[in-house]
Amino acid sequence: MSQIPENLKYTKTHEWVRRESDGTVTVGITDHAQNLLGDMVFVETPEVGTNYGEGDDCAVVESVKAASDVYCPIAGEITAVNESLADTPEMVNKDPFGDGWLFKLQPEDIEHLEELLDADAYGELAAAEEH
Amino acid sequence: MLIFEQSQSGRTNLAQTPSDKPTIKDIPVKFLRKTPPNLPQVSELQTVRHYTKLSQKNFSIDTHFYPLGSCTMKYNPRGCNSLAMLPEFLSSHPHSPDSLNQGFLACLYDLQEILKDVTGMKEVSLTPMAGAQGEFAGVAMIRAYHEAMGEDRQRTEIIVPDAAHGTNPATATMCGYKVKEIPTTAEGDVDIEALQKALGPQTAGIMLTNPSTLGVFEREIKRIAEMVHQVGGLLYYDGANLNAILGRVKPGDMGFDVIHMNLHKTFSTPHGGGGPGAGPVGVNDRLMPYLPVPMVGHDGGKYHWITEKDRPQSIGHLSAFMGNAGILLRAYIYARLVGREGMKRIADFSTLNANYLMVRLKEAGFDLALPTRRATHEFIVTLKRQAKQWDVTAMDVAKRLLDYGFHAPTTYFPLIVAECLLIEPTETETKQILDEFVAAMAKIAEEAQSQAELVKGAPYTMPVRRLDDVKAARDLDLAWRPSSATD
Repeated sequence: MSQIPENLKYTKTHEWVRRESDGTVTVGITDHAQNLLGDMVFVETPEVGTNYGEGDDCAVVESVKAASDVYCPIAGEITAVNESLADTPEMVNKDPFGDGWLFKLQPEDIEHLEELLDADAYGELAAAEEH
Repeated sequence: MLIFEQSQSGRTNLAQTPSDKPTIKDIPVKFLRKTPPNLPQVSELQTVRHYTKLSQKNFSIDTHFYPLGSCTMKYNPRGCNSLAMLPEFLSSHPHSPDSLNQGFLACLYDLQEILKDVTGMKEVSLTPMAGAQGEFAGVAMIRAYHEAMGEDRQRTEIIVPDAAHGTNPATATMCGYKVKEIPTTAEGDVDIEALQKALGPQTAGIMLTNPSTLGVFEREIKRIAEMVHQVGGLLYYDGANLNAILGRVKPGDMGFDVIHMNLHKTFSTPHGGGGPGAGPVGVNDRLMPYLPVPMVGHDGGKYHWITEKDRPQSIGHLSAFMGNAGILLRAYIYARLVGREGMKRIADFSTLNANYLMVRLKEAGFDLALPTRRATHEFIVTLKRQAKQWDVTAMDVAKRLLDYGFHAPTTYFPLIVAECLLIEPTETETKQILDEFVAAMAKIAEEAQSQAELVKGAPYTMPVRRLDDVKAARDLDLAWRPSSATD
């Protein structure tokens, strides 16, 4: 069973979002998603300063099985990307909620976070997929 | 061992033949190399042995059953090759006058006509040099059409269902469109509600593969065509799975505006290894002015090239001359060999073989991805249960199949089914081979249960063991360098 930390928000498309104290959010893909995708071989992160709307594809994770788009969970501007993934894409597999984060973003309206799934709701979705 | 590693300084392929060093005097000094090129220095016999041994390592349709789903790895009749290599064809030159090229032109014209007939389209251009180029040409024509209608700026999106062929989103993107993906229902049809939501004045078209990569026929195709046309979009048919419906159902009758055909799949031209390929495109009335040139015309008993002079709105040339003309000849000969009735039998027997294999595998205890649906020319087994129970994945089973003398089915595609094997037996396999394949699959399932490590370590009998595909993808390096350069 994959890990689903309680303190994060989730999307139906398997991104996780963490609210930071400086008003930004950190985004990555879930443990469930990295499990399904398998060993990562390449991660394409967005450019800092770019604006994305909710649901826009803004990054790509490529595993030995497939290349998958990562969708922006909340509208905003990219403030940082995890550059270490260029050399060590496997961090997405090893530590999806930690060192495997993809990018940070300044949301246009942080209140929109409340519309995302909580850990329980995402857990149900992931479990349904595992059946 | 690489042939470079067998190299010894000064060794040549001349063996014992005494010869003077050739001298060429008329090359200007500035063009002469200062250092010899890094080529292997080996004898002729060493070269023959090296490449013969390499060829013996091939795992191919000529040696093994090859049920690689979505690829249609069927037998290419040898006769097509022999006839296409008649000296009169081989020595034909594209710049020779039409009057001296009537035979070649007649074959190409007839192939256009045959493909028009079997797909139900109004006109066909043979010139795209592979499936990918055919797809590009198809979407480029959609774009040219919207431009001519003055709607190009508004129509920015191409809809692609997630069960479409994997190249479709890439093609739409290459033509400057935004890709809008829509989901598939649990029964394998396009999600009509999602399609309705995705459609609008921004829709340039939809790219569909029918039968889809789930190995089922899209039952709502008529309705989908109506819905897309209603908002002014066009329908693109990916011919990847044409084998299943050949001579039985025509994409033109389903409402498609443009189609590409993979001649290497359905019409038996060389497959894999980079081609050469051929991806003809067919269109209905609306897109005829935009077809790529050259094509072949026929008036007053004579064949002639149709060029951009005749078709000013054409999207243009896709190659210097007529695509891979020699490959088109092979497809023409194949089409003539099987004939109209034969084409129906291709669809019937590729579908029959797939359904037989599907039912036998189900009886052997395997789970089908779409148990309520009849297969077309291919079907999907999901090993999700086995992966959970025994920790043996679809990839492990695929590798173990090699030890039993079978090429693996397509693994992990389509992406929407977990731990999947996409299996396409084609019409050219016998019942005996299909039964042997089922027996091997059943044996592997037993092994997975009792000795999972055995399956996880496969293959054992191949020239190489399990390759590290993660390392291969992360540290891709295909260049050979002389040892002095790597030091």
